[in-house]
Amino acid sequence: MLDGLINGIFNGISIGAVLLIVALGLAIVFGLMGVINLAHGELMMLGAYTTYVVQNGFKSFGDGAQDFYILAALPLSFLVAALVGLALERSVIRLLYGRPLETLLATWGVSLILQQFVRSVSWAMTFGLLVVCLLLFGGRAALSKLANLGPRQKLANFVVLVLSAGIGVTLGRSLNGNDALAKPWFSARNVDVTAPSWLQDSISVTDTLSFPAARLFIIALTIICLVGTFWFLNKSAWGLRIRAVTQNRDMSACLGIPTKRVDALTFALGSGLAGIAGCAVTLLGSVGPNLGSNYIVDAFMVVVVGGVGKLVGSIVAALIIGIVSYILGSGTLVLMLPSSEAIQPLIDTATFFATTSMAKVLVFALIIAFLQVKPAGLFPQKGRSVEV
Amino acid sequence: MTTTAAVQPTKQAPATAPMLKISGLNFYYGESHILRDVDLTVSRGQMVCLIGRNGVGKTTLLKNIIGLLSSREGVINYDGQPINAFTADRRARAGIGYVPQGREIIPRLSVKENLLIGLEALGNRAPKAKKEIPELIFELFPVLKTMLSRMGGDLSGGQQQQLSIARALMGQPQLLLLDEPTEGIQPSIILDIENAVRRIIETTGISVLLVEQHLHFVRQADYYYAMQKGGIVASGSTDQLSNDVIQEFLAV
Repeated sequence: MLDGLINGIFNGISIGAVLLIVALGLAIVFGLMGVINLAHGELMMLGAYTTYVVQNGFKSFGDGAQDFYILAALPLSFLVAALVGLALERSVIRLLYGRPLETLLATWGVSLILQQFVRSVSWAMTFGLLVVCLLLFGGRAALSKLANLGPRQKLANFVVLVLSAGIGVTLGRSLNGNDALAKPWFSARNVDVTAPSWLQDSISVTDTLSFPAARLFIIALTIICLVGTFWFLNKSAWGLRIRAVTQNRDMSACLGIPTKRVDALTFALGSGLAGIAGCAVTLLGSVGPNLGSNYIVDAFMVVVVGGVGKLVGSIVAALIIGIVSYILGSGTLVLMLPSSEAIQPLIDTATFFATTSMAKVLVFALIIAFLQVKPAGLFPQKGRSVEV
Repeated sequence: MTTTAAVQPTKQAPATAPMLKISGLNFYYGESHILRDVDLTVSRGQMVCLIGRNGVGKTTLLKNIIGLLSSREGVINYDGQPINAFTADRRARAGIGYVPQGREIIPRLSVKENLLIGLEALGNRAPKAKKEIPELIFELFPVLKTMLSRMGGDLSGGQQQQLSIARALMGQPQLLLLDEPTEGIQPSIILDIENAVRRIIETTGISVLLVEQHLHFVRQADYYYAMQKGGIVASGSTDQLSNDVIQEFLAV
């Protein structure tokens, strides 16, 4: 009985840990900055694909190296997702601050682009894109340095854009004739990441009680990410700037804080955490272009239930949702109820919801009911600091 | 020229250019013409007061100086250099301190963090080692010393006003913009704030541009400009501030 309870709590916490690591980046991007980034899941996906690539790289070193790929994959996933996030902030999101609807649409578009990108990316495509970028940015930089065009600058930039796009597309298409270069790296099919052997075991505590190592690893990783994020936001100089800018952008600028750099850094940090989450979820299932869309709803759910702008809220919400989902979905609730005629309908209802997908339906219903009572979440922001 | 190169410590040999020189500044909010051909000069070490009734554009003018608003018509010269193209954070790092109307304390940072954020205006000159709050700040505003760990948003209006001025001073500005620092503050604290501003000028020699309605405080300034309907309509030494001018431009 006690084993069953501990097992239930452990599984609940482990579901909660996955939810939390997925939601942590979003808690920064959406919670602190107020940016509704629907491409957040795709940043996770990029982290997962980075892990896949790193693992393949380690495979070539032999079996011994294979066991340690994850130590390299974690920082690299962070880096790749953070860099893509940085590019996204500078090119799209920066233009849309304070316009949630437009941000929502634009980032949704970006998420579709990223999904298709991993499906069709090949050497030919990479070369084509590289050439476009080099010609475009190089050409613009050269133009602004060499010639003072004044009002004709815009026209010149447009011409450079058209020319470089043309050259890049032509190059890409001609390279596509070569089968080796045209072969997609990942294709649309799911790929599998094999967990290191030390994460495939279970750690047995008693005869009936054992914890899967991969789950323990994710819990530990979540705690490390949480502590790291808290430390960075509350103790570092950039954390202080981030907190100042997210609370009062204009005044922060008047005090000399480079607000645009702070925005870019904050967004990159949130994106990088999504990359780590992507790396973590490769231990639980296969990796595909749709990986992100499977998690994005959960992530928003955690942040909203916890209270937007409160990291503590996200933690509590993730744990509660995780434990409730597990207790409902695994049928633990059915076992806990005493079997008697009087509550037979209740037992039937509990049995009905005792599958993963039906449990999810019930959890969503509970969340909707909860948000009717507390629309601002578990930990609403109080006092005069509330912002819409 | 980089911003850090333009910034010198506050006590320096007097240069020829005035601290702040605004010429021909026009500003529009959409269709409405808010500032009309404003010319204004603040000399080094001078305290200049801007007076006028509510809604004549005093705050808009200050926001144009710090860079929260910007206009293409007219030139704002700071320390002999046009700063129209600078963003607000760059102007702050160039040495303009801003104490806004409504104080704008960052609510969920502690008082200490609010003060430390003021160091940002030092840019690369900020101390690399452990960041501390200079004793001068607590001499000027002793009340802050006892509440360093309180949240900025929990302070009373008067305390927030003192914190706001202290925060601007942390960045060692050469020009301090004060927007109605005594508005809605109880009389005993008004006197504290007045004395603090006078001591700041005496000890650091910075220039101050003050927007104020409180007559006693206005008389502390060296020079005044009076605004009406977005334009400067009168100016002169505050010694010659006549009752007529007071009647016309101060909401007393």
